[in-house]
Formats: sequence, structure tokens, C-alpha cells
Amino acid sequence: MLAAIGAIIGRDLRLALRQGLDSLLAVVFFVLACVLFPFGVGPAPETLARIAAGVLWVAALLAALLSLERLFQADYEDGSLDLLALGPAPLPAIAAAKIAAHWLTTAVPLIAAAPVLALILNLPPAAFSSLVLALVLGTPTLSLIGGVGAALVLGARRGGVLLALLVLPLYIPVLIFGVAAVGASQIGLAAQPHLFMLTALLLVALVLAPWAAGAALRQALD
Amino acid sequence: MRALVNPTFVMRWSTRAAPWLGGLTLLLVAAGLYLALIASPPDYQQGDSVRIMYVHVPAAWMALFCYTCMAAASAAGLVWRSPIADLAAQATAPVGAAFTFIALVTGSLWGKPMWGTWWVWDARLTSVLILQFLYFGFIALSHAFDDPARGQRAAAVLALVGFVNVPIIKFSVDWWSTLHQPASVVRLDGPSIHPSMLAPLLVMAIAFTCYYVWLLLVRLQSEILNGKIRALRLRQAHG
Amino acid sequence: MTASSLAALPDQLPDARAVFAGRGLACERGGRRVFHGLSFMVCAGEALVLVGRNGSGKSSLLRLMAGLSRPAQGSLTWNAGDIADDSEAHHGRLHLIGHQDAIKPALTVKENLGFWARYRGAGPCASARIADALRAFALERLAELPARYLSQGQRRRLSLCRLLASPAQLWLLDEPRAGLDRAASASLDAALAHHRAAGGIAVVVLHAEDHPPEARVLDFDAVKAGG
Repeated sequence: MLAAIGAIIGRDLRLALRQGLDSLLAVVFFVLACVLFPFGVGPAPETLARIAAGVLWVAALLAALLSLERLFQADYEDGSLDLLALGPAPLPAIAAAKIAAHWLTTAVPLIAAAPVLALILNLPPAAFSSLVLALVLGTPTLSLIGGVGAALVLGARRGGVLLALLVLPLYIPVLIFGVAAVGASQIGLAAQPHLFMLTALLLVALVLAPWAAGAALRQALD
Repeated sequence: MRALVNPTFVMRWSTRAAPWLGGLTLLLVAAGLYLALIASPPDYQQGDSVRIMYVHVPAAWMALFCYTCMAAASAAGLVWRSPIADLAAQATAPVGAAFTFIALVTGSLWGKPMWGTWWVWDARLTSVLILQFLYFGFIALSHAFDDPARGQRAAAVLALVGFVNVPIIKFSVDWWSTLHQPASVVRLDGPSIHPSMLAPLLVMAIAFTCYYVWLLLVRLQSEILNGKIRALRLRQAHG
Repeated sequence: MTASSLAALPDQLPDARAVFAGRGLACERGGRRVFHGLSFMVCAGEALVLVGRNGSGKSSLLRLMAGLSRPAQGSLTWNAGDIADDSEAHHGRLHLIGHQDAIKPALTVKENLGFWARYRGAGPCASARIADALRAFALERLAELPARYLSQGQRRRLSLCRLLASPAQLWLLDEPRAGLDRAASASLDAALAHHRAAGGIAVVVLHAEDHPPEARVLDFDAVKAGG
């Protein structure tokens, strides 16, 4: 079964590399959304520094949402999902493998781009490490929750809008603690309590989300 | 168990019970309003604003109660593939969404004179807002598919996923020190409010529950009839 | 298909006395009863051909047989054991070729086939089997070509290659001849004949006119008329 899961992740990574545009689009969206803010709130460095953490998190969250709709859609439409379900891996494992590949191809580039954008938004250097750490701990949770949503809307009318409605409210806890971690280290407080909360959220999502996504895929196949 | 699988049985039973429940609801609401607006004293701090609580608190309870019922019905629908359980979850969702909305609005109306603001981003208010969005998501998802059964099952999975929010709402006031006051009725050491205020609260809560069950029965009937109409149309199309 | 291209296939599939059967099956799609009271039985080395007009539920029956969806009534058994009780074992012994071909345009022909073989746990001789499968359906020249350049018929042949790339005793084929030319159709016939000779079972959705004479036939229109 591990070989089967590895095969899925390998195939999805290869597909993402061949059709590199998708993950690139998410990063470009992330950069553009962040760049808009200095024009929206004015370029005063102290204003930007105050909102930088929130802007980065909201932009990263929306960028991750963009590519989410295609997570299972392509496999659902071309019949691959049927064949995956008929293989040795149970549906939760298939969902987990595809979510892992999605995180590697979309969230990792976002995390890599975040420090550069943090510079532009005048985030104090002291907060950089906790920003990256918070993103590393928070974005897998976003991918996991998003995977449940993407599996639920398979075959639905207007799946994209519906996906945002389902997933964004559930993103709020990650956003709260992610921004709080960066904000705490910005004013010289410890970021650890917030990072622990992000870790706790990640563990809960790791346990629950693959099962929920698997159950949703089962409904989509039936 | 029979009720879970047999629409005819549910139909017969609910048409008989619905009028009685409707009458009981009206009586209880009238009694509750009398106790809340006339018989109970104004609060020594909050004045007459405290009367908003007699709607706000039962509505908030019902918001959680309806979600719990919806999640339980969804689980039953998924596990036992019972159409009636799916329909019960469908019928509960708009009622729960309305109760959540009432709780949010009345809380806001009470917050303006008491806290000086319509809204604060504390844990209780935020988690109830998420509950509102979960109800909306459930309703939207269940209507997003051409095959209604498929929508019901997808929404059922969502209801179960969203259930993690229910304990968060319940305990948010204990876990995080917030502006919203902690529970004063359902406590291990007994209620901490005066009986003259507890009475209207409980009567209203029972009235709201009766109202929910009444609506549930009426909506179940109409959903069953809807399903029959659908089946007839399909038979017309496919012969 | 040449004899040498089949050399890699095992001569005997594991279960030489297998019986695949369904009793009193009913299927509902979108709140509509597609068929009910349907029964069938097919043994090792036999083929079952499903015929009937559009929308009569042939493809739905294949999905029930694959265990992708559950019947509204009735049960499916493999050697008297319900397939729902051990769906993993059932999935392991079947190949499903549906209307959709599950081909990724960005991957090459060989990568497409190789993924499914590896996913299904193909053993050490996997690459030899893949080469044989491609040769059997005359795709070996296109092995390194991205699948986006394939014609409809070539895509169909590529998905049929999955049958040979990893072993399975039960083949479920939904209109496998659609879009195939005469030569490819002959390759499919050869593959089916070899599969059945080795003790395999095939359930094939076909148009009424072109089913092989020795196969059992399940006519959906007759089922419907009979109630």
C-alpha cells in the first residue's frame, strides 16, 4: 500500500512539473495580492509593518484556495478516480496522498516566496522566522481542510464558489493563530504558544481530514 | 427503527402530531412572552435590556441543538442509508440557520447598550459566526447537485466535519477569557441566576424546542411529497 | 496478437474454479430505479455479454460488479463470498475499462501505463509486461510520446493495455470496441480468448450484433420486459 501511495504522489508531482503553470499561478497570485496592499492602505512603513502578517496570511490562504478546486476534479473527470479506488490503497490514503502532493506543489512555493514579500511589506526581521515556521505548520492544515472541501464539491454546479463558502470559515482558526504567532514575535513576545496551537490544529486535521475526504470521495464515486 | 426506514409511517404519524405540536408551541410562546416581558423583574444592572436574553439564550441553545440533531441525522443517513434521516437533516438545516441568525442579531442588539459595540471578535461570537456559515454551506452543498441524494450525502459529510465546532462554541467562554459571559444556567454546581429569571428562560427554551419539532414534522412531510413528485416526473421522462 | 507477446502472461490465473454471481440485483440512479430483480452467474473461463438499449443500466451494472457502487437490493458474490465483505480482495482481482480512459495528456504513453501497473503493485517483471502490453495493441512505437498527441482510437488502445500490464482474473469492459479499427478489435479478441483460456472471466458491454457466439448473454431489454 505504501508503494501505491508513493506512486500517486510521484505521478502528481510529475504532472505538476510538466504542467508547471498551475503552481506558478498560485505564487503569482500571492505576490500580486500582497503588492496591492501598499496601494490600498498607503506606503507608510509603520502601517505596512502592522498589517504585514495579516496580509501575508490572507493572501497565502486565498492563493492556496485557487488551485484547490482541481485537486480531485481532473481525476474525477477522466475516470482515474474510479481506477484509483479500485487499487490497493483505501480512499482516505488516496486523499492523503493527493493532498500531500498538492501541498508540495502549491504551498511550498508560497512559503518560499513569503520572506521576500515580508521584506516588501516591511515586516521586522525579528518576525521572519516565526512567519516561515507558522506557514510551515499552518499551510498543511489548509491543504487538508481544503482537500475535504474539494472532495465534497466533486460534480457540483459552481464548485469553485461553493468550495470557498465551505472552506474559508474553517480556515479561520489557522488564520487566527498564524497571524498571532507573527504578531507576537513582532512585539518581542514568544511565538511558541501560537505555534503549538497551529501544531495541535495540524494534528487534528491530519487525523480527521483524510477520513472525511475519503468519505466524500466515496459519495462522489457512488 | 421502523420510523427511520418507512416514509409512509412517518407521514401518517407526523400529520397526526403536527397540529398538536403547533398548538402547544403557540401556548408556550404566549406563556414565555408573558413571563419574559411582564412577570419577570428588570435586572439591577442591565435594566429592561435583560429581556432580550429570554430570546437570545434559547435561540443560541437551539442553534447548537439543531446542529447536533443535523449531524446525528446525517450520520444515521450515511451509516444506515436511511432516506428519512437524510430528509430530517435537510429539514433541520434552515431552522438551525434561522436560530443562529436570531442569536447573532439579538446578541448584537443587546451588546450595543451593554458593551457599547454591535460586535466584538471574541471566541464565542466568532465560533457562532462559523456555525452560521456551516449552516449556509450545508444548505448550499445539498442543493448543488442534479441528483438530490448525492447532495444530501455530501452535505451529511460536511455536517459531521463541522461538528468539531459545536464543543468549541460551548466551551469557548471557558477556554478563552472573553467579553461574552460564561454559562449561568447549565453548570455543574446548579444555575447561578434567580428563579424569577430562570422560569421565562426555560419556558421559552421549551417553546423553541416544540417549534423546532413542529417545523421538522411539517418540513419532513413536504420533503416526502417532493420526493414523490420527483419520482413521478422521472417515471414520466423514462417510461 | 502474436504468441510471443503473451509469453509474460501466467498460464493459469489463481482461481481456476471461480464463480462470479449476482442475485436479485436492483440499481437506483438519481432516485430512478434503473433495473431490479436481475441475476447472473459466470464461471472461470466464461464471458458474459451485456446488451440492451441506452440507459438500460449496463454501465451501472458494471460499476456494481466492480464494487464502486452498492446495489439497492440483492448481492454480488465471488465463490459464494459477498464482495462487499472483502472489497480490497475484490478490487485486486478485477480490471475495469469504462467510457473514460483515465489517460493523463502530460505523461507519455509508457508513463501512463507504468503508473497504473505500479499502483496495482506490479511485480519485478513489470517493465517486460508493459512492453508486451504495448506491443499487443501496436503502441510500442509511441511509447515515449506524450499521450496528448494520441488519436481517440489510440487512447482506447492505451486504456486496453492496462488489462495486460497487470494480472487480474475479472475483466469488466464497457463497450471496448468503440473507436477501435479492425486490427485493434482483433487484438482485443485475441487478448480475451487468451484471458478466458487461462481461466479468466470477462463481462463485456457490447452492441447486440457483434457478441461472440459462445458467450452467455444478458439482455437488459428482456430483463426489463420480464419485470
